[in-house]
Formats: sequence, structure tokens, C-alpha cells
Amino acid sequence: MTEPILELDGITKRFGALTANDAISLRLRQGEILALLGENGAGKTTLMNILFGHYAADAGEVRVHGRPLPPGQPRAAIAAGVGMVHQHFTLAGNLTVTENITLGTEPLLRLDSRRAEAKARIRNLSETFGLPVDPDARVADLSVGERQRVEILKALYRNARILILDEPTAVLAAPEAEQLFRILRGMTATGLSIIFISHKLHEVMAASDRVTVLRGGRVVAERRTADTSPAELAELMVGRSVTRPRRAAHPVGAPVLVARGLTVREGHGTPLDAIDFDVAQGEILGIVGVSGNGQATLGRVLSGLARPLAGTLTFDGRDITRLTPRQAVQLGLGRIPEDRHAEGTVGDLTVWENAVLERLREPAFSTRGFVRRAAARSFAAELIRRFDIRGAGPDTRTRLLSGGNMQKLILGRNIAARPRFLLANQPTRGLDEGAIAAVHAELLAARAEGAAILLVSEDLEEAVGLSDRIQAIVKGRLSAPVTAEAADARTLGLMMAGIWETRHAG
Amino acid sequence: MRVERREDISLTALLIAPFAAIAVALALCAGLIAMAGVNPAAAYAEMLRGAFGSRLAVTETLTRAVPLIFTGLAAAVAFRARLWNIGAEGQFYIGALVAAGLGHSLLSGLPAPLAIALVMLASMAGGAALLVGPALMRLRFGVDEVVTTLLLNFIVILFVGLMVEGPLRDPMAFGWPQSVPVAADLRLPDLVPRSRLHIGLILALAVAALVWLVQSRTVFGAETRAAGLNPRAAAFAGVPLTATLVKVALLSGGLAGLAGAVEVLGPAGKVTTTMSPGFGYAGIVVAMLAALHPMGVVAAAVFVATVFVGADAMSRATGVPSFIADVIMSVSLLAMLTALLFTTYRLRR
Repeated sequence: MTEPILELDGITKRFGALTANDAISLRLRQGEILALLGENGAGKTTLMNILFGHYAADAGEVRVHGRPLPPGQPRAAIAAGVGMVHQHFTLAGNLTVTENITLGTEPLLRLDSRRAEAKARIRNLSETFGLPVDPDARVADLSVGERQRVEILKALYRNARILILDEPTAVLAAPEAEQLFRILRGMTATGLSIIFISHKLHEVMAASDRVTVLRGGRVVAERRTADTSPAELAELMVGRSVTRPRRAAHPVGAPVLVARGLTVREGHGTPLDAIDFDVAQGEILGIVGVSGNGQATLGRVLSGLARPLAGTLTFDGRDITRLTPRQAVQLGLGRIPEDRHAEGTVGDLTVWENAVLERLREPAFSTRGFVRRAAARSFAAELIRRFDIRGAGPDTRTRLLSGGNMQKLILGRNIAARPRFLLANQPTRGLDEGAIAAVHAELLAARAEGAAILLVSEDLEEAVGLSDRIQAIVKGRLSAPVTAEAADARTLGLMMAGIWETRHAG
Repeated sequence: MRVERREDISLTALLIAPFAAIAVALALCAGLIAMAGVNPAAAYAEMLRGAFGSRLAVTETLTRAVPLIFTGLAAAVAFRARLWNIGAEGQFYIGALVAAGLGHSLLSGLPAPLAIALVMLASMAGGAALLVGPALMRLRFGVDEVVTTLLLNFIVILFVGLMVEGPLRDPMAFGWPQSVPVAADLRLPDLVPRSRLHIGLILALAVAALVWLVQSRTVFGAETRAAGLNPRAAAFAGVPLTATLVKVALLSGGLAGLAGAVEVLGPAGKVTTTMSPGFGYAGIVVAMLAALHPMGVVAAAVFVATVFVGADAMSRATGVPSFIADVIMSVSLLAMLTALLFTTYRLRR
């Protein structure tokens, strides 16, 4: 048994009445990957922020190699060899990779900056660990995956021996995530030790040596990954057993939304290239694919925020190629945007204002330009009740809702209007298991009521569980649809790799 | 020590903030007054007496508050939509110039209330037009409106100088650069006899109430707030961003233009290049002290007017330079900005 390289001992942290961490202890051994598993709000990020010195704990101690770290000092943590990769990157977009990595490592008042030396070290590190990135590229021009590599390099450049990654796959597509875990495994072989935070069971199972499960700010279990199962972890994490609802067979009606040859140009790229799809009444059409293949543009077109260059989009036979957001709402096209914070809600407005923002001009919520506040508030109260939005009243600031409850609000305001069509763009991204099950149940209920639903998702399990038919999006092109029954992992894998194209050509 | 965002902004904190800011500003300026060799308590007492000590003092303070209410509203309306209108000073002067230009002769055939209303509308249109350009330039080309609106102030004031030296010059003014006075029947009636206080005060209060109503109760107000707080989400929800921002620019510029008209039709009676002791800039302080709330603007305008009128009296009685008014106002703004920061964030060790 090797000595633990890192120990957290009885860490307690309170924020007002909330105890985010309650006497948490854990230890990390050299060369091991420890997964810290827990739902949103279980206290994972707080714990790691204490470890890295962003917060000072109210009680408890952090020890590296048996030596206690002074609390609340990130510099001390860095000096002790702890490196942190935040969920939201802390990079300056207008600086180069090298500048970002060396920032803060050089004395301020030295005139010559040892640029060449630094670059050589970065190249060396990226080759050793398999983290390819151009040291001279501007960070703003990099993809999300590349930016994450820069963050990791930043920690390695500071001689980190213990790497903490906060939800590293939240921003990555499945293949990128797999690649990341391969890289992490390689790092442990050279003696690094890694903690990664996650709420995704499959990646915890696939990538970790040990798992520590947090719930409500406490450690509820520690397991060797080899000795546990996803089902056991799910139950430990949620505190009860949760199952995602499954789609039931259901008759499909006439096509509601029909796209033919839809093409969008943006700058030099063609994010949507002559795509065709139909979504019928009572049907869920799943669009799967690695993120960045045109899903965001498809979402913008169907939300009325982008105009196709060519092709047609019809809704119940009516041409809506030049759709505006207001028209979409008027016609009964529901929209769940990809990013609930940036597009779905205005965080500093109240829940009731966000509930009716899309429909403010409708007679139900305004007369002669004046908002019918009572009607709007009672509509919001109704959404809160019907969709089980927790921790909120109509006058709560929307920012204070958790991700899952915010998503229920967005889902609720769309479904309450009984839309003929519903765009669900990554509807469960970043949500915990309990919230995912709730969102899935609502989507299936809307389908049973006859809504035509276009589900855009990176989560294959979700797409297969909900969709009647599935199409893959690759580089702005859509595959032909396959039925859910025919969608086994191999078929989907080929589709997402764009293999259908060559088959057509050949 | 680190700064953390609070979970929620409490209304109490928001209500206390301006008073705390003013208290801090007065305390800091007490030091300056003491350095000038005067007992600060005596100086502040003199200031209060100067602003409220007599019927005349009270009417003077309120007279001074009237344009500040309008320019404060202009800033508050724009800032709430994240349109940084620093040009209320220029819009004030355009409003004043239009009022003086129309008011000295052109509308003399009409019944007075109608003519006054027309003059005011024309002044509002002038102020609005001056802000629409910068707003559109920001929407189209991303030109920073802080720069454009600020620089327009100087252009407008030079233009006013040109007009009062030229076409609008009053030949009876013994060579002073001032415009021909507006017709006597276009002047706003007095609110208090034998004082300069005019019914513009009632108009200012009514407009403040109206702005509050529009902001908090109408679809336009709600859409404006959404567009200011999160433009992407507002656009997603179908709020027309361009139209909303242009409407806000029209309203804000119009309010500042109205300030100019009321000042010309009220106490001034004519336009000069020195008629505003910085009403437009002081409007920014008023709006911030009010935390952008239209009713708070009224209270904040009275405070700023008190400082200015009171400081003159204090200066006469104690010899402390009246520039202390500018210092108090500036320090209040800084203190208020700090206080607003603490309503949103807190310090942790």
C-alpha cells in the first residue's frame, strides 16, 4: 500500500445556512484516478475549490505528501504541485497558447520574456502527454477540446503532480471525452495522480480506479471501480433508484415539419448542407452527432434566429423558411434552446417574467401594451406546480434556480402552450439523473399528446431511448433516417462517423 | 479576501445603499471642509439652511431639482437598457435651443398651452434625434456610444454658441451672447408666487411617475429590461433588439431635450451657453444614486439640488469654496457605485 499523496481530512464548509461540505475526508494515492461522483449541488466543486485554495474551509485540513496546505492560498496549492482544470475555462481569448500558459509564471518586472524556452517546454509537454496544440495559436481560435488541453498544459507547466479536473467532459463530445481519458491514463503511468469530478456514471465506470460518492455535502460511499456497478453508483448518488422512462409504441400522424435541401452559410463554412428531414405528429425524430457538426445552426434556424441560404422549411404545409422568433411562438413551434443560461432565460428577471417573455404581446398576458401581471404570475405558479419546479415562486430571480429546475421552466412554458412542434436542443445537457428522467417524461408526454418533436442530442442513450427514428448529423449533412429498432450501437457509430456518405457514393 | 456574488439582491440593501453612500460622501468631504479651516458641522448646517432655511431657499432648491429630474430620468432609462447615454448635456442644450428658437415668435398665434406643448414636443424630438444616431451607430457598427454621446456634447454646445452669437442673438442684450427671450405667454406659470419655482416641477413629477409606469408595467418596459440584461435570450424570446434600443434612445434623448425646454420656458427664458451647470452630467449621478429607479430619481435630484444650492450659501457664509458641491456630488457617485457593488457582492476572508 503506497502512502496517500493527497489527504483531505474532515473538510467542512458552510455558506450561510447551507452546509456545502460536511466533514468530508478522502485520500488519493500516487498514480491513481479517483472519480468524485455526485449530483449537481452535492458539494463536489466546493470541495475541490477548498483543495485548490479558492475557498478556506471552516474546519478540516488538506495535506499533500503529509504536509498541511495553508488554507485559502491557491499559490501554495500550486507550489505543492496541485493543478486545477476548471469547468469554465480561465483562459484569455486574445492571447496565444504560450502566453496563456506562461501567464503568472514569469516575474512581472523582467524585460526579456523567455518565449523560446517556454515554447520548447510546452512542445515537450504536449508530446510527452499526447496533448497536441499549437503554442502560437490564439486561444480564441481554438476549439473547446483544444482549450481544455491548454488548461491541462497550464497545470503541467507549473509542475503539477496532482491534477484536479472539474466536470472535464461537460463541454466535450463522446469521442473527445474518450480521448481525454486515454490521455489521463497515460499521465498516471508517469506518476501523476488525478481527481476528476463528474455526474456521468458511464465515464466514472470507464475511466476511474476508485470512486468517492458525494450526496448532500457528505461522503456516502467509497468503492473500487472494479467492485461496483452503474446501478449501485446511481442509487448511491441519487439516494433512491432512478430509471429513465422509455418510449412506448404509439401511432404516428401526418408530417408536421418538413425540411428540404436546407442550406446555411456562415462565413466560409457551410454548417448546414442541403439537409432533409420530416417530423410527424406524435413522433420524436432524434438528430445525433458529435457537437460542432451543425446542430447549433439547425437549432438557430428552427428558432428563427438564422436564415437558410437555400432550401425550404414547411410547417403544416406552410412555408416558414424565413421564420422569426415571434412567428415561431405564434405558430406553435416550441423551442428548447441549447444553452438555458445564454438563450433560454434572463437570469436577473423573475420566474414569472421568464415564463411569459415569449408571449408578452399575446392578449392573455397584456392589454393595450400593459402587462397583465396577475395573469402572468398565476401562469408561472401553474408551471411551477405542474412541472414540479423546486425552490422557486413566481417572484424568484431565475438565476437562483438549479439547472434542472431552470430547464423544467423552459420546458414547461413551451409544453403548456401545447405546441404542434417542439425543438428540444440538448435538453438534458448538464442535468443530473433525477432531472433527466423528469425532462424525458415530459417530452414523451408531449409526444403522446401529438406533438412532433425534433430531439437534437449528443447523448446516444437519450436519443435511442426517446426517438422513433434517428438521423446523424456530420459536417452539416444529415444521414438517412433509421428506425429506433434498427439503431444498434454499431449502426449509430457508423452513421456518426459519416460512413453512410461513402456507401452512397460507392 | 475575496469577492463573492450574493445569492440574491435584497431590497433593503438597495434602499439603504444611497443613504450609506451619501453619508460616506459627506463624512469624507467633512475632512476637506476641515482642511479649509471651517468646522464641518457648522458648514453642513449652513448648507442645509441655504437649501431649506427659508421659503425662497426651498423654492430655489426645487427649481434646481426640476431639470435634474428630467436628466436623471434620461440617464436611468438608457442605463437600464445598457445604453450608456453620456450625452444628456448635449441633448439638454438641443432641447433648450429648439425651445428658444420656436418660442420667441413662431408660435405666438396659438393658445398658450398648445404652443407650450408643441415647443416641448419639438425639443424632445431634438434631444431624441441627437441620441438616435449614436444608438444606430452602436447597433450597426459597434461604435461605443460612451464616446460618441460624450463628444457630441461639446459639438452641441459650440453650435449653441454659434446660434446665440448669430441668428438667435438678442440685439437688446448689450452684447451678451444670449438668445432672444421667449414670448411672455409661453413662459411656464409660477407654482409659488414671487419665486422662480414654476409648474415644471409638477410636470417633472408626472413624467417620473409615467416613466415608472412604462418601465414596470408595460410590455415595452419588460422587453427593455430583458434586452438590457441578456440580449441573446431576449432575441431568442422574440424581443426586437434594434427597435427596442432605438425606442429607448428616443425616450432617453427626449427626456433630456425636455429638460432643456422646461429650463428655457421656465426660469431661464432664453438660451445661453452657460445656462446648464452640468445638468446632463449630474443626471448620471442622480440616476445612479436612485439605483435607476424613476421614483428614486426624484429624491436623488432633490439631494443633488440641495448640495448645489446649499453649497453656494455655505460658501458665502463660511468662505469654503462652492466647488465643494462638485466634490460632494462626485464622491457620492463613487460611494454609490461601491455601495451598489456590495448589494450584489460580498467580501469573504
